[in-house]
Amino acid sequence: MIKFDRVTKRYADGTVAVDDLSLEVPTGEITVFVGPSGCGKTTSLRMINRMIDATEGQILLDGVDVKTIDPPTLRRGIGYVIQQAGLFPHRKIVDNVATVPYLLGWDRKKARDRAMELLERVGLDLKMADRYPFQLSGGQQQRVGVARALAADPPVLLMDEPFSAVDPIVRTSLQEELLRLQAELNKTIVFVTHDIDEAIKLGDRVAVLRVGGRLAQLADPPTLLARPADDFVREFLGRDRGIRRLSFVSDEGLRLRADLTVSASADVSTVRGTDEPWLAVVDGENRPLGWASVKDLPDAGTLADVRLAPYGTFVRGRDSLRGALDAALLSPSGSAIAVDEEGRAEGVATREALDEALGKVAGGVGA
Amino acid sequence: MNWLIDFFGNPDNWSGPDGIPVRLLEHLEFSGISLLLAMLIALPLGLWIGHTGKGALFAILSANAARALPTLGLLVLIVLLMGVGTIVPVLIPLVALAVPPILVNTYEGLRGVDPDLRDAAYGMGLRGSEVLGRVLVPVALPLILLGLRIAAIQVVSTATVAAYVGLGGLGRFIVDGLATKDFPRTIGGAVLVALLALIVQLGFALVQRVMVSPGVSQRQTIR
Repeated sequence: MIKFDRVTKRYADGTVAVDDLSLEVPTGEITVFVGPSGCGKTTSLRMINRMIDATEGQILLDGVDVKTIDPPTLRRGIGYVIQQAGLFPHRKIVDNVATVPYLLGWDRKKARDRAMELLERVGLDLKMADRYPFQLSGGQQQRVGVARALAADPPVLLMDEPFSAVDPIVRTSLQEELLRLQAELNKTIVFVTHDIDEAIKLGDRVAVLRVGGRLAQLADPPTLLARPADDFVREFLGRDRGIRRLSFVSDEGLRLRADLTVSASADVSTVRGTDEPWLAVVDGENRPLGWASVKDLPDAGTLADVRLAPYGTFVRGRDSLRGALDAALLSPSGSAIAVDEEGRAEGVATREALDEALGKVAGGVGA
Repeated sequence: MNWLIDFFGNPDNWSGPDGIPVRLLEHLEFSGISLLLAMLIALPLGLWIGHTGKGALFAILSANAARALPTLGLLVLIVLLMGVGTIVPVLIPLVALAVPPILVNTYEGLRGVDPDLRDAAYGMGLRGSEVLGRVLVPVALPLILLGLRIAAIQVVSTATVAAYVGLGGLGRFIVDGLATKDFPRTIGGAVLVALLALIVQLGFALVQRVMVSPGVSQRQTIR
């Protein structure tokens, strides 16, 4: 655990970068520091590994004041990832990754083996190992940066806007990669970003800092979205808070109806009598094909001959309520088809069911 | 062309205390010692200033001042003060000539290293000297070598002034040739100096190739 205890950073000219910050970064979780520029998020991060020293207060790393540890020794035990990756251009990728193990005096072969293992782990082709940084794309370099930070297996990882310099598609894949890695490694991660969406996506807990280095709110993402502490946090979170919050609500509470799916091989006459305006048509393997409008059914034939309307699906148990709502809005029926991991229909979430689930979420805000 | 054949074709020019080999060795001696002394002064100073950022203004000002010194004037002044007899009078202006490019390029080379790289190096837990030796110098090496190359070529070309104060070196052919209107000798001396400068240039290109990481010079190495 990392504990900030009344930490202040004041520069010689009187500027206060971080003001009386107290918070805890729990072991094995991702804590994101987020805020506008000038809020002291990067300064706060850099005080942990003493790239900057605090003026007042203490930062405790597992109970030990970091100021009592010689900076290089402290830093070798903490992984550090920065925005531009900061790879050593004169060294091959494998040697870049092995930087800290070399410093710690590991045997060369062991260090390189470890580096190769990590390159694989962060999803890089091992052919990259003998290349130089300039031969890699920005996203690949950032993966190497993460591998390098993990090389000596430090319990703590500091990440300073690591994904802000890459394009949105690469950023998304790096974020997902980080979450996947974290699920395996359970590091204590402090992650700095100015992007609130990234904070909400990655953070187990999010610390919102305001200009002048004061903590505005520290909470898990759903709480942050549902109950921002004040106008500053509300404004910083931006629009669509309600909708974004649905990403954190499981679809488990959503009632499904199994009687609204029908096989494509069924004869039109067998379904004509139903009261429902729409039916979800599935193939022989129970995969959705589309929606059939009951009032527009032809006089004869099977449902396979019917022109079907577009549909949306969500994966039951994995997607959130937001995913289900999104799926419903993709179809003229206004209902979403729930599928299992293999894409087979499990049932239909109707407008009524969605309405009921959303009502519960809205009710929860006041609680 | 005939003058060159006259000069290089004459066996007398290839032997004795006045022959090409002896003059060449003398020339290399002045140049080599001057360059070595300049490196001993300028490299540590440039590394220190570039790494700590202290004394940059002092370095730039004194380097510019040294650059402004007229080499020949300085040489004559020193000879007047110290007399002839040793090679010291010729070393001083040559060192003064070689220090500025080495100092400035070393300092600029280090200063030009991406600050993110420096930050990452410290953040990984490298100590100050490790950051300098393992990261800054290898990355700044092309510029540092450039400074050395400029210095070496200037010294090799300028070492001809030694002849004006009665010392040896390839300058002897030029000065003596002019004095006796022996133009083949003058031209021959000039060609030798030019060839030497060219060889120094090639030598440094080779050193650069061997010493600078392909990752820094960005030579493709993927097969």
